[in-house]
Amino acid sequence: MTAPDAPKGKRWAIWLPLVLFGAFFALVMNGLIRPADREIESAMVGKPLPVFDLAPGSPDRPGLATDAFRQGRPRLLNIFASWCVPCAAEAPQLDAIAKSGVPIDGVAIRDREEDLARFLARHGNPFASIGKDDISEVQLGLGSSGVPETFVIDGSGTIRYQHIGPIMDRDVAKILAEVERAEKPL
Amino acid sequence: MIAEAGLALLWFAAALAVLQLFTSLMTLRGGDGSGEMGGIVRPAAIMQGPLVALSFAMLMWLFIRTDLSVLLVAANSHSAKPFIFKVAGTWGNHEGSMLLWVTVMALSGSFLALVERRLPERTMIATLAAQAFVSLGFYAFLLFSSNPFERLLTPVAEGNGLNPLLQDIGLAFHPPTLYVGYVGLSVAFSFAVGALITREVGPAFARAMRPWVLGSWIFLTIGITAGSYWAYYELGWGGWWFWDPVENASLMPWLAATALLHSASVLASRDALRTWTIMLGVVAFSMSMVGTFLVRSGILTSVHAFAVDPERGTFILALLTIYIGGALALFGARASTVSEGKRFSIVSREAGLVVNNVALTAILGIVLLGTLYPLLTEAFDTKVSVGPPYFNPVGAIFAFPMFVALAIGPLLRWRSDRFGRIGKRLILPAVVTVIVLGGALMFAPDIHILPLLGLGMAIGLGIASLVPLFGRNLLRTPLPTYGMVLGHFGLAVALFGMASESAFSTEKLVAANVGDRVDVGPWSIELTSMEPVAGPNWTALEATMTARYEDGSPVMLHPQSRTFTQPQQTTSESALSTRWNGQLYAVVGEEGADGRWQLRLWWKPFVPLVWLGGLLIALGGVLALIGRVAGDVRRGLQRRRIAMRRESKPLAAATTGPAE
Repeated sequence: MTAPDAPKGKRWAIWLPLVLFGAFFALVMNGLIRPADREIESAMVGKPLPVFDLAPGSPDRPGLATDAFRQGRPRLLNIFASWCVPCAAEAPQLDAIAKSGVPIDGVAIRDREEDLARFLARHGNPFASIGKDDISEVQLGLGSSGVPETFVIDGSGTIRYQHIGPIMDRDVAKILAEVERAEKPL
Repeated sequence: MIAEAGLALLWFAAALAVLQLFTSLMTLRGGDGSGEMGGIVRPAAIMQGPLVALSFAMLMWLFIRTDLSVLLVAANSHSAKPFIFKVAGTWGNHEGSMLLWVTVMALSGSFLALVERRLPERTMIATLAAQAFVSLGFYAFLLFSSNPFERLLTPVAEGNGLNPLLQDIGLAFHPPTLYVGYVGLSVAFSFAVGALITREVGPAFARAMRPWVLGSWIFLTIGITAGSYWAYYELGWGGWWFWDPVENASLMPWLAATALLHSASVLASRDALRTWTIMLGVVAFSMSMVGTFLVRSGILTSVHAFAVDPERGTFILALLTIYIGGALALFGARASTVSEGKRFSIVSREAGLVVNNVALTAILGIVLLGTLYPLLTEAFDTKVSVGPPYFNPVGAIFAFPMFVALAIGPLLRWRSDRFGRIGKRLILPAVVTVIVLGGALMFAPDIHILPLLGLGMAIGLGIASLVPLFGRNLLRTPLPTYGMVLGHFGLAVALFGMASESAFSTEKLVAANVGDRVDVGPWSIELTSMEPVAGPNWTALEATMTARYEDGSPVMLHPQSRTFTQPQQTTSESALSTRWNGQLYAVVGEEGADGRWQLRLWWKPFVPLVWLGGLLIALGGVLALIGRVAGDVRRGLQRRRIAMRRESKPLAAATTGPAE
């Protein structure tokens, strides 16, 4: 019989599986390295922030408008809500990022002022300003589908990075690196 | 404390795996495997099972208590969830499912170390070294990148819920079943690597590996069957196989395991196909790893992707590269030094099994290529999606010849045979196939070629699969033979269901008012009412339909459009009515602007046979496994009895030669 137990002359065939595996590896590495056109989060990256002007969501913080993001410094835009559990989970990490000197602005999605106040009292308030988005207009404008999400916006108001889901310990370094990258204009 | 205890247990088990790897490698370097170090290998492997199982129990406990100070519980559970889904929630997420994987793996390792005594000790030590090496990768994955016991700094008030699509009893069994299958293949992989290291590839190796392959193959078969049925009624699309990457990911290890099963039986009984079997042992586990990687990395778009994270994907890819790349390199270096197996003629049972192996491997290649093709074209900036128009015909090119071989092969003798000897026994299936083909063409002239061939083949194969039993003493036929017959018959049954479903299904999509009547195939269905209903964590609009088959008595159907509260998501709960000759499938959709309801109705003749066939295949595997294990146990007892007799009569021992 031929195929399975190859005679001595066809011993090169023994290496064929490894070669095929090498090809597989190259293929998926390529797929993993360039996730750009595969992930939703990239749809808005490189585009300017949509124009909005939100009323304050908290009495001790100003509201939020697009102009706040054109001051020449990168900022984080955090989409959150008091009713969202993962938002509570990411609060310590947001605090840490704010303490390291990166200004963070919040957009509270479909929230009530008293709930928001309780949430901020309990989990800390790292936000420089908080806009109240009762109809998800900013969220939809940003191409964001859920809470929490965090955007890195550079000094000219261009979206540079989108993080979907809560910021966990392991994500902080990546976010800070993206902020640093956003220091340089595109 | 529960979470911390679980984590500590996991670290302890990982440390034992390091010990297992270290001592086994030292033993392999040192020589015969009977040294002091060698004595540690087995106990180290045995201890890991209970430790990890206990750790898994800790996580389950956390889920049952809904301990919201644990991140995983907070993110995936909810205090109002029904009890069974709290339990199932333990593994209905990435971290938990990896812990489940490691648990099954550690338990298999324990079992392997505890009972397997037939192989030369050196090969066994090498096998356990490979097993420890594989486990260590998974321990590292859990402990460094997906710790299931991570705490929240401040506990949350309420959990996030579990994906509603997963709140189904199917979930409670589907992933664990597949994992047992995958892990069984990891043991086969370790056997293959162990045998490569010591170059001891032969019938004993195949016999030791076979129960593991058989066992994992049974679980994979059940897992795929259940997964297919689950997708069928849960997704509400009326299809039972979509050639989706996640489905392919579960099919590919099954194909490889099926091939391995057959080639291992050649190796076990005839000592042929040595290198080929080793390679399949590596490939089968590779496919489970590749499948897991494709599912988890989110590198491909899928309807079933529930736990996607590119970073974890990278970790799995790293593991995969180390294991598979390493094993294949070892294979390349060593395989040529494995002495060639026995030869056989072109007409023989071995040859039939080679056809089976080549066809299964080709189908595996086709599925793998089709699954990866979108990635390949994406590398050149074109987006494509590959679906049934590719998989069905291209797969069939190899599947149909395989079915023919399947009808003939079991009748052939080992080593060498003549077609003339068995020709007579194939007349009946061949004639019936032709009659069915003709009949189908007569009654349904528009039938497509694949369903047509499928119908004919299915009936012919169904009969041919029973032919090996003709003229045998049924009471003295060994259990594995029954297993083979049942497995092959199950394949024919499933094939018939598939062919019938694709040839004869009828579908209706209508907008109906309450009181309207719709006809689908032989059914007539009336939408009787639409009412809101509520469950523990969902509300739904429930339709009541009165369905009649021809003029039979009415059957009530209650499909729902269900909205879960936590997290918010709408799902369609289909309603099914099963008869002996098919299934009626009803889905209710949105309310239109004019107050009419979207109804989707299918009549699918004989579709339940698809899953019935799958279960029969698995049952065949169970029979074969029981037969094999019982045989092994019996032989083991005999050996022991002979050895004891030799001890009591030393003179007799001297004349029959040294004991093993």
